[in-house]
Amino acid sequence: MEIQEIRSHFPILSRTVAGGRPLVYLDNAATSQRPKEVIDKYASLSLEKNANIHRAVHTLAAEATDQYEGARAAVAQFINAASAKEIIFTSGATASINTVAYSYGEAFIGQGDNIIVTQAEHHSNIVPWQMLASRKGATVKYIPVDEEGHLEIEKLETLIDSHTRMVAISHISNVLGLVNPVKEIVRTAHGRGVPVLVDGAQGIVHEQVDVQDLDCDFYAFSGHKMYATPFTGVLYGKKALLDKMPPFLGGGEMIATVSLTKGTTFAPVPGKFEAGTQNLCGAPALEEAIKFAKLLRTKEVGEYQEQITAYVMEELQRDKRIRIYGVPRGTITKIPLFSISVEGAHHEDLALILDKMGIAVRSGQMCAEPLMDRFGVTGMLRASFAPYNTMEEAEAFVKGLDRAIKMLI
Amino acid sequence: MESIQETTAAIIETFSMYDEWLDKYEYLIELGKALEPYPEEDKTEENLIKGCQSRVWLDSKFDGERLWFKADSDAIITRGIISLLISVYSGRTPGEILSDDFSFVEKIGLKENLSPTRANGLVSMIETIRSRAGECA
Repeated sequence: MEIQEIRSHFPILSRTVAGGRPLVYLDNAATSQRPKEVIDKYASLSLEKNANIHRAVHTLAAEATDQYEGARAAVAQFINAASAKEIIFTSGATASINTVAYSYGEAFIGQGDNIIVTQAEHHSNIVPWQMLASRKGATVKYIPVDEEGHLEIEKLETLIDSHTRMVAISHISNVLGLVNPVKEIVRTAHGRGVPVLVDGAQGIVHEQVDVQDLDCDFYAFSGHKMYATPFTGVLYGKKALLDKMPPFLGGGEMIATVSLTKGTTFAPVPGKFEAGTQNLCGAPALEEAIKFAKLLRTKEVGEYQEQITAYVMEELQRDKRIRIYGVPRGTITKIPLFSISVEGAHHEDLALILDKMGIAVRSGQMCAEPLMDRFGVTGMLRASFAPYNTMEEAEAFVKGLDRAIKMLI
Repeated sequence: MESIQETTAAIIETFSMYDEWLDKYEYLIELGKALEPYPEEDKTEENLIKGCQSRVWLDSKFDGERLWFKADSDAIITRGIISLLISVYSGRTPGEILSDDFSFVEKIGLKENLSPTRANGLVSMIETIRSRAGECA
């Protein structure tokens, strides 16, 4: 698809902000915009097929269940899971990670054990492990990040010991935008008998994810960062592990039998992890989002994105006032996501000024306070691009940033 | 000394001259740069209002009659807004502060900078000015 055709699918991109300026939306790493196909699908579930799934025998319930389970199969196919039973719908990547931290942690992590994360993780892949560690008397260790933002993965080998029970890493950091060598990390961890959870919140958007090829044990992501509606999260887990894990939340749907005197037995996966009424409009909309994401994974779209990445990197690197976090090198590539700081100009000021030029960027700690501490900053400014962003928008960002910096220093 | 209403009316008048948002920001940046220096030794944890975005330090003293505020931020636009708040509320009696509704911030179009979703220290700064006035009333 040509860029203007891609854009025509996203109604919101034609709106204006800041007194009539065209919207330049560069906060895609926080949430992406939604194509009308996804919006229509979500609406059609409410208009035509709204019923609670799995239980009732009437027509609407059967149709809603088909849509929901069809979405599960589509997700499985999209990430090449061995079976749709390995796909659990959650509210988002955060809920997916919490499910593993609680459930796997409950069963397999105890006093004196440790979990390894990285210094570049989003709080969602740190805090659930810290909470588990404090419940169990375990500890959380981390792989450090070097000056350019690369994981010092050679340290993983020595960090893993006989008490390591999980390695939890992001596929792509939401701040650095570098594609981590997940396969290599999985190989190292598995060599020592340690399972790996991958936070794929950014990875699912930018990489062709094949969970069997990566061989990770868990892969967590959020649909809303990839054109779907909010609360359409996914937890992929290897079935052999999911089968051994206790439920996280208890309630309807996740049971086999319930007795007040003989106790409760649980449904097989994935039902065991889907307590309560699910996002029965959102999941089918996620299937539409996946269809759309596939359409965007063409050579043509990829090359255009690479041009944008190269242009923005070059412009930012040329500007001596700017420091970029996450510089690609060797085999480690970068997605079109740029976190920067400017000596003498505060990230919040830059973002406020850019906002009034119609340019939406993110500022602050970006839910990665340990990484901010690592680089000695209170926050950063981040511009993150999607396939519907144009080269003209990249130029507007570069020019706008220059003007904002000049206003401030 | 002019009343809070007189001071805020003058600020609203000044801001009404700017049609362009970027000009408003230019003005706030000027105010921010001109803000009276805040003593480094008063940048204590106690005085710090920490947000996801900018940090704000606020110190207050009550002389038995009037409340005096000093404040600072690491972000310059926030410093500009702080400068406005101090010009309006510092040196006032608790009664004067409590009788004001802080609506001038909204009237000059800065409400969005103060929305709780911005998660910056300004909302807390206003809350703190109010609660200090409440304590001293």
